[in-house]
Amino acid sequence: MKIRKLPKDKLDFFASVVQQFGEVHAPVEQDGKYVFKRLSRWSEARLDYPRTILPPKKYFFPPRETLFQFREGEGYLPCTEGLDKRAILFGVHACDIYALNILDQVFSGKYDDPYYQARRKNVAIIGIDCWPDEHCFCRSMRADFVDHGFDLFLGELGDHYLTFVGTALGDDMVLATGPLFQDVSPEDIDEYKRRSSSKRQGFKLDIEIRDLPEIFEMEYRSEIWDELGEKCLSCGSCSMICPTCYCYDVVDDTQLGSREGRRNRSWDSCLFATHALVAGGENFRKSRASRIKYRFYHKQRGFVAEYGRPSCVGCGRCISVCPVKIDITEVINKLRGVQNAPCR
Amino acid sequence: MPLVDRVPSYDTVLNRNPYQPHLARIVRIYRMVEDNYLFTLRFFEDRLATMFRHQPGQFVMLSVPGTGEAPISISSSPTRPGILELCVRRAGRVTKALYRMHTNDVVGIRGPYGNGFPVQEVTGSDLLLAAGGLGMAPLRSLLWYALDNRDKFNRITLMYGSKTPGEMLFREELVSLVDRKDMTCLLTVDRDPTGTWKNYVGLLPKLFDHAEIDPARTYAAVCGPPVVYKFILERLLALGFPKDRILMSLERRMKCGVGKCGHCAVGYKYTCLHGPIFTYWDAINLPEMI
Repeated sequence: MKIRKLPKDKLDFFASVVQQFGEVHAPVEQDGKYVFKRLSRWSEARLDYPRTILPPKKYFFPPRETLFQFREGEGYLPCTEGLDKRAILFGVHACDIYALNILDQVFSGKYDDPYYQARRKNVAIIGIDCWPDEHCFCRSMRADFVDHGFDLFLGELGDHYLTFVGTALGDDMVLATGPLFQDVSPEDIDEYKRRSSSKRQGFKLDIEIRDLPEIFEMEYRSEIWDELGEKCLSCGSCSMICPTCYCYDVVDDTQLGSREGRRNRSWDSCLFATHALVAGGENFRKSRASRIKYRFYHKQRGFVAEYGRPSCVGCGRCISVCPVKIDITEVINKLRGVQNAPCR
Repeated sequence: MPLVDRVPSYDTVLNRNPYQPHLARIVRIYRMVEDNYLFTLRFFEDRLATMFRHQPGQFVMLSVPGTGEAPISISSSPTRPGILELCVRRAGRVTKALYRMHTNDVVGIRGPYGNGFPVQEVTGSDLLLAAGGLGMAPLRSLLWYALDNRDKFNRITLMYGSKTPGEMLFREELVSLVDRKDMTCLLTVDRDPTGTWKNYVGLLPKLFDHAEIDPARTYAAVCGPPVVYKFILERLLALGFPKDRILMSLERRMKCGVGKCGHCAVGYKYTCLHGPIFTYWDAINLPEMI
């Protein structure tokens, strides 16, 4: 991989060059929280943010989108509105890029999801280094570093960014700045490695995932699930803000008295009571306990069977939004029979 | 080279879109049983009508314009191409709207989806089909596939039970199979208010008393409501059927049919991709399956 370094005091200039490649979106402060948003000026960007409310997933798999328009006599016409929009997401954390790599697998395979894939092609990603806060456990989920899924990744290096060039497009961005990027010295590499090991010490949450699928199988009938079911409100917040949740609902929307309409899809949650309901009234996950168990089971056990790793990346969003303070790391440690402990 | 010069791409949305419904015409509505009509469909495009091929046990996503989409198993056999027969229960929003439609009305179809019955693997073996109630809908495709490829299978046995003769799906067709010498067709009803039923009266598992079954060389395909699974599986296991030769067809509420939307997940499998046909061994290993 091509690795260069960028002086931090030249970041403004770099951002102005990047603008030529499409509209720039970056984390912006909003009511004390952070959201990915189109920048009106570069100074709005807050690259030292802890986490955004919604993950960058919203750019590729929006909360609500139209798949088709239908008209009598013409049938279902695919909607391509907005799919060709060029954008650059500036300042995406490693866990969120990792999550997009996971969604790439879900939205490809035997059947490609063409809407997601089109946006993924047309939206570039510039990643940035971060420092763990009290909710981060990406290191436990092996998502604290990414080696692909970005066009550029800016690693922390004192007064420089160690810049990993992930794609030809990323390289074009570097080259478009002229002589801005510099060669990396052996001292830079030593410094980067030093910082990387001190970041490891910065994590306050830790879980062991190695034999988690087996633990989930053994504890499938554990009382822990009933206790969680009592507590959980089935509000679905954890799914909505999750960077790897991808369940969706499809609804046809027709104007009254008209034979035209839209087929829309929108985010859904396995915590909602109707998620496993079938026509005729049978519901395979009637109780809240069965639904929250399913959510954890699918992420930490089911996904391992299907894709070789859990679908959780340890971003900490679900811990920070849960109105009744359900904490996935606590649940997993409880299933294991260990206390929540700081990282080794 | 600035990004703006690269050509944006959404060609696959237009040309290789797995969610694209294809228009089909309702050519016949057969009022088979109350709230269980048989709809015969034919694609508008001749190319699709003639090229469409499915495996027994697969399903399609049926669109009723303006109402939505629902997964429906294919009841016709791939050995009889050109049309699609869907046995649809009037149960949800989409199927209720379908029941308001008439011959020549237009619906959308995409598919076929799911794994279907492993007909290659079953070839050369005995085949036991056991269905209760609406479970006949997905099994009928396999039944006719086997009868139309009679030389590929050894002994073929059908056991089917419904509450009353009036509620039996495909009744005329199945009754006409009872006299066939190259298969055993056992039909039963829980009770016979008509007094004219000439086949068995009694619960479905009783039919095992009248069938010759060699568990060592038979694949069983089972479909029905939960109570049918409970009793039929019990009997099959008692007979010594290997757990991976008991095949079951499951129902879930797919929204996409292609392994994305998450609605049909059972444990870590998607009914739409890994199923809807699962073995009993899968069922033991996947929580909440039946």
